[in-house]
Amino acid sequence: MSAELVTELEARTRRTAAALIVSGLGPATALAGIVWAIVQPYRITLLHPGGEGFWWLLVEPPLLVIAVGLFFHFAIATGVLEDLGDSRR
Amino acid sequence: MLPASEHVHWLFATGFLLLGLCLLAEAVVGTEVWRQRAWRAYLWPGLAFALGFLLWPVMVFFTNSTLHMVAHGAWAEILMLAGAIELGLVRGRLVSRWWRLGMTAAFLVSGTAFLVHEQNPWFFQRSSFLHHVLGWTLVVGAVFPLARCLRPRSHAVAAGFALTFVVLAVALYSDRDVAPIFGHLSPLAGTPHR
Repeated sequence: MSAELVTELEARTRRTAAALIVSGLGPATALAGIVWAIVQPYRITLLHPGGEGFWWLLVEPPLLVIAVGLFFHFAIATGVLEDLGDSRR
Repeated sequence: MLPASEHVHWLFATGFLLLGLCLLAEAVVGTEVWRQRAWRAYLWPGLAFALGFLLWPVMVFFTNSTLHMVAHGAWAEILMLAGAIELGLVRGRLVSRWWRLGMTAAFLVSGTAFLVHEQNPWFFQRSSFLHHVLGWTLVVGAVFPLARCLRPRSHAVAAGFALTFVVLAVALYSDRDVAPIFGHLSPLAGTPHR
């Protein structure tokens, strides 16, 4: 096998690993938020909103973590993966 | 109708988490791929600048002590400065890699401000503990932006830099105004509310 081919194969493997990691970051973050919500449901005031003020209803950490994960995945990671795919060609 | 300080910490945690994920993705795919779309190149320096800007209202409205005001003001200034420097680097107006020392300074100033403005010991209550953790994370984590000046192409350094923001986000999300830490809660801290 030529050195050029080996280098190309190594580069392709690196890009595939990078694509896997980037595509997993958002879902992993969202999953962490879901697990947090299950472990500490009292952190989600929407589940029992009685008597809570505006900020307690707006700022709910596990939901924010899920939102960041989804936003990153759909708004950022998708484009990064497309560009990574283009750079392979 | 001001938010409690824990709400502010959680909102900043959200910003830092997004910042960490962006930096982690850039570290994984490489700067060349990350900057193929112009808006993405400006995303994390812009976020850093915006987080610095948002610290000004925190300084103005959370005036429980002079030390808090000075600390929040210092963070606002240094984070905006570091964000602006990174924006200049992305834009190409600044060329020398040593400009990245601005982020190192931001880490050191922010870490010192955390440590100085926390007057209580580690196990006084959870927020005291987390202020110490955040302070030391930033002071020790300053090694990553420093290393970025010396080895700008290192993936390990870039990943370490990104993960520092993720650690900061986790610590900020763990913050509560009055809550025990590992079973310790000083009677002087007040009554836990949730």
